[in-house]
Amino acid sequence: MPRWLAAYFPDGVLSYAVGGLFIGLGVAVIYLGTGITAGASTFLETTLSYASRLPRFNRPTYLASRDWRLTFTLGIVLGAAVYALTIGPGGWTTEVQPWRLLAGGFLVGVGTRVGKGCTSGHGVCGVGSLSGTSITNVATFMAVAIGTAQVVLALGVTP
Amino acid sequence: MSDTPKDGQGARFHALILAGGVLFGFGLGVSRMARPEVVLDFLQFQDLGLLFVMGGAAVVSAVTFVIGADLLDRPAPLTGREYGRRVREMDRNVLVGGTVFGVGWGLSGICPGAAYASFGVGNWPILWAIGGMFLGAYAQGYARSVLAERRATGEVAGAD
Repeated sequence: MPRWLAAYFPDGVLSYAVGGLFIGLGVAVIYLGTGITAGASTFLETTLSYASRLPRFNRPTYLASRDWRLTFTLGIVLGAAVYALTIGPGGWTTEVQPWRLLAGGFLVGVGTRVGKGCTSGHGVCGVGSLSGTSITNVATFMAVAIGTAQVVLALGVTP
Repeated sequence: MSDTPKDGQGARFHALILAGGVLFGFGLGVSRMARPEVVLDFLQFQDLGLLFVMGGAAVVSAVTFVIGADLLDRPAPLTGREYGRRVREMDRNVLVGGTVFGVGWGLSGICPGAAYASFGVGNWPILWAIGGMFLGAYAQGYARSVLAERRATGEVAGAD
């Protein structure tokens, strides 16, 4: 890799690529066994059906999928814990301020539900499906997120 | 879509979903996406490694979808579903949602899958983000329900 390019990859590319292959492998195992293309964000809306009577959260497709989405999310938590305790550096916490996590999380919650998916649903499964809708969604959120992060940086908000 | 296939049930089905989730969460850990700081570094052009995460994952899923949808001539073993691709209808919501998601992602460095994984590594502050995501998902569901109701009553009134 030329030096000007290497400057953009201070931690190399191997852990990123290998991690991405494992993420894809998780999607592949579920797909080949069940025919389901699993995204991570519908967990939010379907799980609300356990606690809310609002018809929006109790649609038949949500009630049918909420159990396996719970299992899938439990698996994600477990898998990350396995990583942290084996080849990873143990547990860690983030320095990003709570208000950024809360406000950002809120907008992410709204955005994935209105936009029909997230970084895994659109970004991995949708792009892997060469879906024009997903590619449009990913291009939109990438551009907006880069702009937002640059503004946050320019305003001197760290971490 | 009237004959929506029933989602699978039973121990074998859930064991497979769990195994897929474990691989997925392990990958989010290895790829460092469970750290909001690394995502923010990408968005601020300080470390572009995330391109390889999404690219690598999408290539594996693309190959898998070709195998399932084009090469395997049978339904999925644990559900009887037909293998298909992930397609969503294109409309204005895809752009609006993508924009709102982008502001949230750029502000926090957090997306749903990475947040669950971050919880798994013992990152307790991430509960602020997970709590925020549930609040956001609830708020949009509530708002959409109110709008749908208003539209329905408006149509009745307009019919007079």
